[in-house]
Parts: sequence; structure tokens; C-alpha cells
Amino acid sequence: MAVIGDLLVQFGQMLVVLGLAPLLTGFVRKVKARLLRRRGPPLLQPYRDLLRLLRKEAVVAENASWLFRAAPYLIFAATWVAAALVPTFATGLLFSWSADLIVIVALLGSARFFLALAGMDVGTSFGGIGASREVMIASLAEPAMIMVVFTLALIAGSTQLSTVASHMIHAEVRLRVSLGLALIALIMVALAENARIPVDNPATHLELTMVHEAMVLEYSGRHLAVIEAASMLKLLLYVSLIAAMFLPWGIAEAGAGPAAYAGGVLAYAVKLGIGGFLLALFEISIAKMRVFRVPGFLGAALMLALLAMLLMFMTRSFG
Amino acid sequence: MTSFVYDIAHLLAGGMVLVSFMLLYQDRMHGLLNVFALHAVVLALSVAWEALIQHAPHLFITAAIALVVKAIIIPLALHRIVRRLKIHREVEVVVGIGPTMLAGMGLVALSTALMLRVTPAADALSRQDLAFALSVVLLGLLMMVTRRNAVSQVVGLMSIENGLILAAAGAKGMPLVVEISVAFSVLVAFIVIGIFLFRIRERFDTVDVQALDRFRGERQ
Repeated sequence: MAVIGDLLVQFGQMLVVLGLAPLLTGFVRKVKARLLRRRGPPLLQPYRDLLRLLRKEAVVAENASWLFRAAPYLIFAATWVAAALVPTFATGLLFSWSADLIVIVALLGSARFFLALAGMDVGTSFGGIGASREVMIASLAEPAMIMVVFTLALIAGSTQLSTVASHMIHAEVRLRVSLGLALIALIMVALAENARIPVDNPATHLELTMVHEAMVLEYSGRHLAVIEAASMLKLLLYVSLIAAMFLPWGIAEAGAGPAAYAGGVLAYAVKLGIGGFLLALFEISIAKMRVFRVPGFLGAALMLALLAMLLMFMTRSFG
Repeated sequence: MTSFVYDIAHLLAGGMVLVSFMLLYQDRMHGLLNVFALHAVVLALSVAWEALIQHAPHLFITAAIALVVKAIIIPLALHRIVRRLKIHREVEVVVGIGPTMLAGMGLVALSTALMLRVTPAADALSRQDLAFALSVVLLGLLMMVTRRNAVSQVVGLMSIENGLILAAAGAKGMPLVVEISVAFSVLVAFIVIGIFLFRIRERFDTVDVQALDRFRGERQ
């Protein structure tokens, strides 16, 4: 029976992340619009967009290879698995033995790899420029992410997300400089990885500076729907990752009853709301930076993460 | 409670190192001066916290000097100099920002490793303070080496001095006389450098120190 219960919770989590991802995107768009004193699209608009795209005919370029058709599903699968591994409302899920931070980074990395390949596959110049920029951003964002992971692993003594989250709940509340630095670095990486405003603008097409939208320009129909869903999932993944590692309070622990799970879901919804609101607030208050300034931005993230790790070592060895 | 005291001290001293990196990262002159003011504010907070936990009231005076002189007077005067000299907005660097940052990380690692070896007897807090202070000093030196503009070199010098005061506040039993004389010598140095900047500008029409090299015939 216990196995069935665990399975149910795990599948529940997979469905929750898939179901909530478009809602989070819609919420961020809505808050952004309201803050700019516009009415904005309704909250459920992303669901409708996805459904409409799914029903439409998929037009594929003549010289597209099999990779072009396969890539959307691979990207979606990798991102969904990664998002399902992050503890959202409960730790100690059935698959949490595999919910390693490095695994999540690797899954996201392979999704990005296929996206870049698919961008270059048709041979249009937009796809190529998008892919090259995406890889440039990734080559700086990924080391910073890994450094953040190492800092947390040093603190919690494990790279497993469940262990990190429960360590953070039970550890005494302390002001840790290294954790603060790691948090800032992770937020910067998340902004860059999700193509949010200082790095890329998610709301525009056909602009010379776009990155993500340039790569998926050739997609249509169900392929585009799947890719859009994957990028929504990625946004949700980063918000839940930050919530699970830095603000794990309210999360249901392993073996807790249904009441704890309900509380965990509620706390998770509150965290997502706060995260989405802060993202929207940040996005309307800052201008997009030039592409050539992005390496500086991500270099700062990398530096903060390195500094966090150094300070962690310092506390360790002096303390 | 002790861990809380320790955490605040750690936070403030670590913040000094972070602001030193921000100084290295800044590429706008006025932004640089604002970050320098922030550096001094963090220093003042750190010294005041040390005064509180060491029960050493004279350190409050040090903190006040840091706050008034280095967070307010010197940045304002430097802003004025930059405007009067019509120095252009960008900070000219010798080495790019990226390699400078990496070198800075290396210096922080170096000072940590050094302090681990040198001070095994002292207590954790002052050891850590010393490691941070040495990092701030080395980062200030790095800044002086990698900048071409004389104003940003002055900022580097002042940040070295901030690091020294951080070290002095961490080590127990620093007499007040020394603090005050150091503060005044910095002020005097600042005035001398200020006058010097105007003279350089008058003669060479620039505050880029490479002009001096050319003038001495070292570089064509």
C-alpha cells in the first residue's frame, strides 16, 4: 500500500507541475500588464494558446531532418522529468533518490542541446544566431549553476534535493553570507536561462536581440505547443528550485499524512505566487541589456557563486 | 546567541569583500564613486558591530570617522573633481573585467589560505576578519594595478585603507591614537592627491597615467 501511496504522490507532483506551469506564465504576464496599467490577457490564456496550437496543423520546412521533428518531444520530456524531480510540495518522493541537483542541471543541459540543434537544423539565419547566442549564454550560466549547487552541497552534505530541503528546514536559522550570495547567483542564472528580461525578452518576436524565440521561429502547430509548454515548465522549475532550496518552509516531509500534503500544496502555491509577482516586478523595472553585456551579467553570477563557495570554505575551516 | 553575533560579523566583513568586487566590476566613474561610498558605509557598520561585541567604545569613534570622512566627504569631493576635470564617464582598464575578477577570486583564495596557516592560535572571529581584511587590501591593490585613470587609482588606495581599518578593528586592542592619525593621514593624502590630479590635468590634458609614462619616455 505504501508504494501505491508514494506512486500516487509522485504522479500527483508530475501532474501538478504540468498543470501549474501555464498558470504561472499567465500569472506573470497578468501581473506585468496590471503593473503597467494595462488590462492584460486573462490568467488562463496560456492554456488556450497551447490547446489552439495543438489543434493546428504542423508546418515543417522542406529541408528539415528527423531531428527537427523529434527535438520538441525530447526537450519537453527532459524538462518535464527535471521539473517533476524538484520537490514542490513534498520531499522524500518515490523518485527522490534520483532527484539530484546535478541530474537536473544535466537534464536541462540536454534539453538546451537539442533546442540549439533544432534551431540550426533548418538552416535559417535566425535559427543559427539564436542557437549560437543560447549556447554562449549557457556556457556561462551552467558553471555558475554548478557552483551554486556545490555551495549548497557543502552546506547540506549532499546534492540530493530532498536532503538539501530537509536540511534547510531543520538547520538553525542563521545569517549565512554564502547562502545569500548563492541565492542571488541562482536568481541571475534563472533569469538568463528562462530568457527573462535583462537577458532576453519573452514577449517579443522578430527583434534583432532575441535568443529563445529566434531558435523556435520555424516551429508551428503541435511542435510549437510542446516547446512552449517546455519553456513554461522550465520557469516553474526554477521558481520551485529556488523555493525548495532557499525557502523550504511549509513543504511536507516524507511519510507525512494527507493534511501535511494539503498544507504543502498551499505553501507551494503561495511561494509560486510570490515568485511570479517578484519576477514581474523585476521585469517591468529594468531594461533589457545588449547581447554583448550578457557575458558580464552572467560573469557576475559566476563570480558571486564562486565567492559564495569560498566564503563557505572559510566558515568551514575557521569555524 | 554567539552564533548570531558571529554571523553578523561574518556578514558585514564578507560584505566588504563583496563590495570590493563591485568596485572592480564597475565601469562607470560616478557609479564607482557611489560604490566606494557604500564600501565605507559597510566598513563603518562592521567596525561599529565590532565595537559593540568587544565592548570597546573607542571603536565607535573609528566607525564615525569612517562614515563621515570616507562615506560622505571623500566621495562628494571626488564627484566634484570628476565633474570639474570633465573626465569621461567610463573607467579605463588595463586588463579586461573578466580576467580581473578571476584574479580577484584568486587573491581571496590566497588570503584565506595564508590566514589559515599564519594564525592558528587566534579565535575564529578575528582570524576570519583578518582573512577578509587581507582580501580587501589585495583587491584594492589589484584595482590600483588594473586601472589607468588616476581617480580610480585613488579609489583603489582608499579601499586599501578601508581594509586596513577592518583588520585593525578585528584585532583587539588597537589604540585610538593610531586610528585617528591614520584617518588624518588619509585625509591629507586625499588632499595631496586632489591637488596632484589638477596639476596632472593642467599639464597633460588628461588624468590617464599612461601619459606620464609617455612623458618620461618609457613608452612611445
